[in-house]
Amino acid sequence: MAADRFPVEASHIMMFARSIGDPNPIYSDEEYAKKSEAGGIIAPPTFPQASAQFDPDYFLRPKIGEPWFGSGKNATGVTAAPGGGGGGGGLHASQKFEFKRPIRAGDVLTVKAKPGNTWEKEGKKGGKLLFSEHIQEFFDQKGELVVTVTMVGVQTSKVVTEG
Amino acid sequence: MALKASTLKVGDSKTLVVVDDLTRTQIVMYAGAGGDYNPLHTDDKFTKEIAGYPGVFAHGMLTMGMTGRVVTDWVGDGRITMYEVQFRVQVWPGDTLTATATVTNVYNEGGQDYADFDIVTLNQKDETVLIGKATAKIDA
Repeated sequence: MAADRFPVEASHIMMFARSIGDPNPIYSDEEYAKKSEAGGIIAPPTFPQASAQFDPDYFLRPKIGEPWFGSGKNATGVTAAPGGGGGGGGLHASQKFEFKRPIRAGDVLTVKAKPGNTWEKEGKKGGKLLFSEHIQEFFDQKGELVVTVTMVGVQTSKVVTEG
Repeated sequence: MALKASTLKVGDSKTLVVVDDLTRTQIVMYAGAGGDYNPLHTDDKFTKEIAGYPGVFAHGMLTMGMTGRVVTDWVGDGRITMYEVQFRVQVWPGDTLTATATVTNVYNEGGQDYADFDIVTLNQKDETVLIGKATAKIDA
């Protein structure tokens, strides 16, 4: 599951930077960015996440004409919610970005998914924990690696409400 | 205005309030820009009645994104070579988050100077919501 083609657009970077509350003009002001050390608009480090917008199968985006598991008339639009529904479910355990260079507005990236490890652990508060690793490599228009993203998800057997 | 290996010391640190009273609207903005529309983050009815949580909570990646600013504001643009975090507790609407980056190593590798940082983000109850590390290219 990955985006075959992730065109990096300046307006998308601007919206992403706003959403993380980062007013740095390097993410939105072309004139400022041109004169800066970066030489143009770049993306914040966590922007590779936004490639989900370009993944045709991304399961956490409603698809036109298909039922969605969030609420409408009812609390859920499907009969069985993903992640067990009745409690517990998937949470994000850790995330790592390794950069060869920053992502730039105008890049056209290709994302390749690589298999990762899975492992199990007894949790202090969440019951049994099942960890699974997902690796994505982002290549640019010249075929060069730009960033490697490693995500670890955890399936819990109980609802976790601390925090 | 990049950092310099000659002046940066292990133990140097910066602290930044990366969000004050997190709004549900900001969580919606992150969902829209980032593309993760999991109803756990924006749909209170689903989150309470189906998933069994007390209410919507922030994407982990929103917390990681907000926290990144404590490093990027300090080291300069386009200088991060690695940024990783572990999520500890959930972040809820109304939370105020304070991120701190601390220099743990300054070194030269292959003719390039680098600094390593430890990162921690606390909520208003002083609970650790996220811990992490980053590495950035710095000047000599």
